[in-house]
Amino acid sequence: MELTFVIEKVVLVSVIFLITLGIAAYSTLAERKIAGYIQGRVGPHRAGPFGVFQPLADGGKMFFKEEIIPSQSNPFLFIAAPCLALLTASIGSAVIPWGQDVTIGDRVIQLQVANINVGILYIFGVVSLGVYGIMIAGWSSNNKYSLMGSVRAASQNISYEIAMGLSLIALLMVTQTLSLREIAEQQNGFWQNGWFSWNFFCQPIGFLIFLVCSFAECNRTPFDLPESENELVAGYHTEYSGFKLGAFLFSEYINMFVSSAVMSTLYFGGYNFPFMNDLGLSANIIAVLGVLFLFAKIFFFIFFFMWIRWTVPRFRYDQLMNLGWKVLIPLSIANIVVTGIWITVKDLL
Amino acid sequence: MESLSNRKKVLEQKPMSFGEKIYLPSIAKGLAITFKHIFKKRETIFYPEELRPMSENWRGLHSLKRDENGKERCTACGLCALACPAEAITMEAAERKKGEENLYREEKYAAVYEINMLRCIFCGLCEEACPKEAIYLDGPFLEADYLRKDFIFGKDKLVEEPLKP
Amino acid sequence: MNLFYFVAFLSIFFSLLVIFSKNPVYSVLYLIVTFFTFSIHYILLNAQFLAIVNFIVYMGAILVLFLYVLMLLNLNKESEPMKSNLLKVVGVIAGLCLLLTVAGSLKLLHASDPVLLKNPDIGLVRNLGKVLFKEFLLPFEVSSILLLSAMVGAVLLAKKDITKV
Ligand code: SF4
Ligand code: SF4
Repeated sequence: MELTFVIEKVVLVSVIFLITLGIAAYSTLAERKIAGYIQGRVGPHRAGPFGVFQPLADGGKMFFKEEIIPSQSNPFLFIAAPCLALLTASIGSAVIPWGQDVTIGDRVIQLQVANINVGILYIFGVVSLGVYGIMIAGWSSNNKYSLMGSVRAASQNISYEIAMGLSLIALLMVTQTLSLREIAEQQNGFWQNGWFSWNFFCQPIGFLIFLVCSFAECNRTPFDLPESENELVAGYHTEYSGFKLGAFLFSEYINMFVSSAVMSTLYFGGYNFPFMNDLGLSANIIAVLGVLFLFAKIFFFIFFFMWIRWTVPRFRYDQLMNLGWKVLIPLSIANIVVTGIWITVKDLL
Repeated sequence: MESLSNRKKVLEQKPMSFGEKIYLPSIAKGLAITFKHIFKKRETIFYPEELRPMSENWRGLHSLKRDENGKERCTACGLCALACPAEAITMEAAERKKGEENLYREEKYAAVYEINMLRCIFCGLCEEACPKEAIYLDGPFLEADYLRKDFIFGKDKLVEEPLKP
Repeated sequence: MNLFYFVAFLSIFFSLLVIFSKNPVYSVLYLIVTFFTFSIHYILLNAQFLAIVNFIVYMGAILVLFLYVLMLLNLNKESEPMKSNLLKVVGVIAGLCLLLTVAGSLKLLHASDPVLLKNPDIGLVRNLGKVLFKEFLLPFEVSSILLLSAMVGAVLLAKKDITKV
């Protein structure tokens, strides 16, 4: 391995990590602003113009609050849980292709940390690990509400993972590859061979299932049963305070960012944008524009997450399970079958 | 049973149609509504800078009034304390000395006059009871504080500013 | 090779911890770490697909269920029924039998001879898929039917009233 390669990757990783943190921090502000706007309020506006320093103030507050470790809890796991939650949330972004290759001099720089050929499965694995932070938190705090929250989290995540995986399988049948970079490249431009090139337009049902499941995996409303505050106090993080609580809340926003990025990459063309090849721009400019477009898509999805949160009320637990097992899973299997038939027919013609 | 008023509405519980069952159209409708709300007028009043318009008979913090010559009107008759249902008012009376005529209107005045704002329910009965029109509840909100003792307002906080010549 | 020995040491270390830790929840947590080291082994063998599937299926799903059940049971020293000595003896015998069987079958297969992969890329998704769906199609499908029957059995067991099925 040459040195420049290592430097390049280290820089890329740190930039992505910083951007992730920044976006997660400002998502908290955005969430409160959007909540305010939707409810006819203004949201936080005191800290700096339009409240831009609110995330800093919140972080400072979290930092200076008293850290309480319940005496009946399990101290090691109690501290390990939020770290695990943050960790599993942030490693997901490693395989996302952020843009086309940039050429500087005669070096080609890939805007992706790791181009592994099982990218989708990696994302899927990371998502399925995400529940451990919550489960360990719930169990180690030795509180019935927390335990209920973590039990709910576990069953919810496992149920929705199945539907998510099945919807991904239909997508894979279309793309014929597991590498996120190749998937992104296949969706070049916007219009190809007489049809939209973005996967959303061949897999609308699959996208819908994936969207619902990613809401459930991120524990966002309407699937926020693990922390449903009016039944379970605060669910799995009832006993948490100070910075550890902050870590949990933060990991939720990082999860949201990563799953928005995954959704834009898998179904909405990633860094591709309409007419990208017809404007006669140089490759580097296209790459930079592509990154901007990817972030625009990600921001839209983050907005969508919040928009849904302030619109749709929480599901009841049995409704959640019914939706997962009796609706989404059969629907995604049907989607696989239909996709299979469609691919065979297309090959025959 | 026969309905007497004939205003009873019988609601029929129809089984949900397919469109209702898949739930997505109603979610889309909800999303449209909340999206519209983003651009609506905000109801927020930025409190310390901006005050909500109060009604004519708004009852806020008390103030002890002065008469047109700037003399304190209260004569420490104790009627307000008697009328107060919350036992919030206490006072000590004193006799006006020579040379204090420009300070107090009557010969007897309140040397100490305290209202415990934590007890007060802002009912306004003291205002009604006062024969001298000396106390009015025309102030602003009661502000928060850290210590209980700071909620006992003495004359320094209650009496109006002296008239400007 | 050094990396291999390090990871192998970790696997054995954590699997011993699984057995020796008193608290079953800890056991499961150590088991998770053990499976994680297995995933690393797969990656070292250039079997990305197996690594990630091990990751998803074992770490992400099966052990979550283990943890789920154990958390709900909340076993500890007081609530655990004392195991009789007979049970322990039977357990040891059964374990030894399993060890014998595994060792015997490995010996029969000459698997202890150093394995040289003819095709080092066999673990990649594309190649693995081709092998599974061309050479081993029948066993693959049969095993899926086996899983299906196990699933049906589980559902039957979970039903309260079997006669109504
Ligand atoms: S407003 Fe009512 S409660 Fe308050 S001091 Fe006057 S009489 Fe008492
Ligand atoms: S405020 Fe009025 S009622 Fe109360 S003591 Fe003074 S004069 Fe009497």
